[in-house]
Amino acid sequence: MVEKKKSGYWLTHAGLIIGVLFIFFPVWLTFVASTVNQEEIINPPLPLWPGTEIFENYYHALFKGGREGYGSNEPVINMLINSSIMALGITIGKIAISLLSAFAIVYFRFPFRKTCFWLIFMTLMLPVEVRIVPTYEVVANLNLLNSYTGLIFPLIASATATFLFRQFFMTIPDEMVEAARMDGCSPMRFFIDILIPISKTNIAALFVILFIYGWNQYLWPLLMTTDPDMKTIVIALDAMIPAGDDFAHWPTVMATAMLAMLPPIAVVIGMQKFFVKGLLESDK
Amino acid sequence: MEKRVIFKGWWLPALLVAPQLIISFLFFFYPSGQALWNSLFLPDPFGLKTEFVGLDNFKFLLTDPYYLESFKTTIFFSTAVSFFSMAIGLYLAALADRLIKGAGVYQTLLIWPYAIAPAIAGVLWLFLFNGNIGLVSYYLKGLGYEWNHTLNGDEAMFLVILASTWGRISYNFLFFLAGLQAIPKSVIEAAAIDGASFWKRFFTIVIPLLSPITFFLLVVNIVYAFFDTFGVIHTITSGGPEQSTTILVYKVFSDGFVSQDLGSSAAQSVILLLVVGVLTVVQFKYIERKVHY
Repeated sequence: MVEKKKSGYWLTHAGLIIGVLFIFFPVWLTFVASTVNQEEIINPPLPLWPGTEIFENYYHALFKGGREGYGSNEPVINMLINSSIMALGITIGKIAISLLSAFAIVYFRFPFRKTCFWLIFMTLMLPVEVRIVPTYEVVANLNLLNSYTGLIFPLIASATATFLFRQFFMTIPDEMVEAARMDGCSPMRFFIDILIPISKTNIAALFVILFIYGWNQYLWPLLMTTDPDMKTIVIALDAMIPAGDDFAHWPTVMATAMLAMLPPIAVVIGMQKFFVKGLLESDK
Repeated sequence: MEKRVIFKGWWLPALLVAPQLIISFLFFFYPSGQALWNSLFLPDPFGLKTEFVGLDNFKFLLTDPYYLESFKTTIFFSTAVSFFSMAIGLYLAALADRLIKGAGVYQTLLIWPYAIAPAIAGVLWLFLFNGNIGLVSYYLKGLGYEWNHTLNGDEAMFLVILASTWGRISYNFLFFLAGLQAIPKSVIEAAAIDGASFWKRFFTIVIPLLSPITFFLLVVNIVYAFFDTFGVIHTITSGGPEQSTTILVYKVFSDGFVSQDLGSSAAQSVILLLVVGVLTVVQFKYIERKVHY
């Protein structure tokens, strides 16, 4: 930048490294705790360097549901599958219905178009946290408790995604529709062959944001899933934390915590460019 | 803004918006209407019949010391989380923006906690501060401080603020960094040539230019602290000890599902709806007259 002072340069790095250490600190210790044995954890202090039990801990967490003598859980692999289905269901569902309604609102004139737009806008003001009890009753009346449908559908309407696509469709030149219409292209043909391919980047950006949103859902699955084999990994992890003087096999718990964090972190780092774009654009 | 060239027909677009509208009605509008309706009734203790009580549920809430206490807790909590996560985010973004090379590396190293669920962030910090095995509480004991957030309300509040702030830094960092990088370098350079120091430039030029983004982040962070931190509270303290960390959303949950006090829970939902409504309108007002530098 402007100055070239050496001391300022090193101070900048030092400040950033302190920030990075603060960010990494709890996750690193969680990782360490998932690689040691129970004795090393219950006799503090916890070592700062990984131990040797990594394969045993992750194997037991993933496939056995914990160690013998510590109570049993569902194998974590099942919860990972539940979380994946929920996260992908919410992501794909939100993107699909938002693309459809944005297409209708931008490219057609139909009665109550403005009303539809405002109704979708209003859902922004109704997060699941403020309408939990009645929403729970609706889902219970539809017999959808402990089902993937019940986990996914109440979270699927998205004003944000609809607005983002609407905004993007508005920037597409009119000549494109004109040309398509002159070639005798039907509306759905235009939607599938032209609109979706040119929206690819926006879809990818939204995918990252919505996948994280779906994976990290907490309150809704907490109420919805009473069946142990329908629990998502985030809910299951909370249930593994011992209350009061209960015992827990901590390395297994911490391995589960690592497994619960890994998929969304992998998506953020692997698709970083889309993540940054999605975050900066979708929240505005 | 409207398209000039459009497709004809009305049944196709009606079909296209139908999925979103059906889901919105079933899971958004109908339940919200129910909350509004239920807030006017009081079920008897056996749940056999309900009695219309008008605004009594609201009157009761607004004079209930526990509810007012929960309001205060929420305001304190969300102010602290918004302030600290924005301050640290801005500090790190300002540093990263100074670098010619390497800002991208730091960005990668700092943004991934966005992917961590608030509930998991809660578990990580709970583990570090656990009274028996936690590393931090162990060293605090070495310093002669007995940490016990299950008994001490202030410590519990500190811990939920710490966990929520930690998980939120990456979000604020990313927005501030984008905002800083959008400031034309020539403005900063002109000030530097006139002899303004880094901090002088930061406070007199950069901060004012960042004010639109700061305002936006403030609203978004308050919404986050009000609603999305439910997972942190539920994993670390369950609202305790003695309601010291019971924020409003947690109270809707515990009154509605744990104590089954449906009239009061519905009235609380309605109050929260108003809060979100106001925050959303404020945010959209901001977007309408967004300042471009």
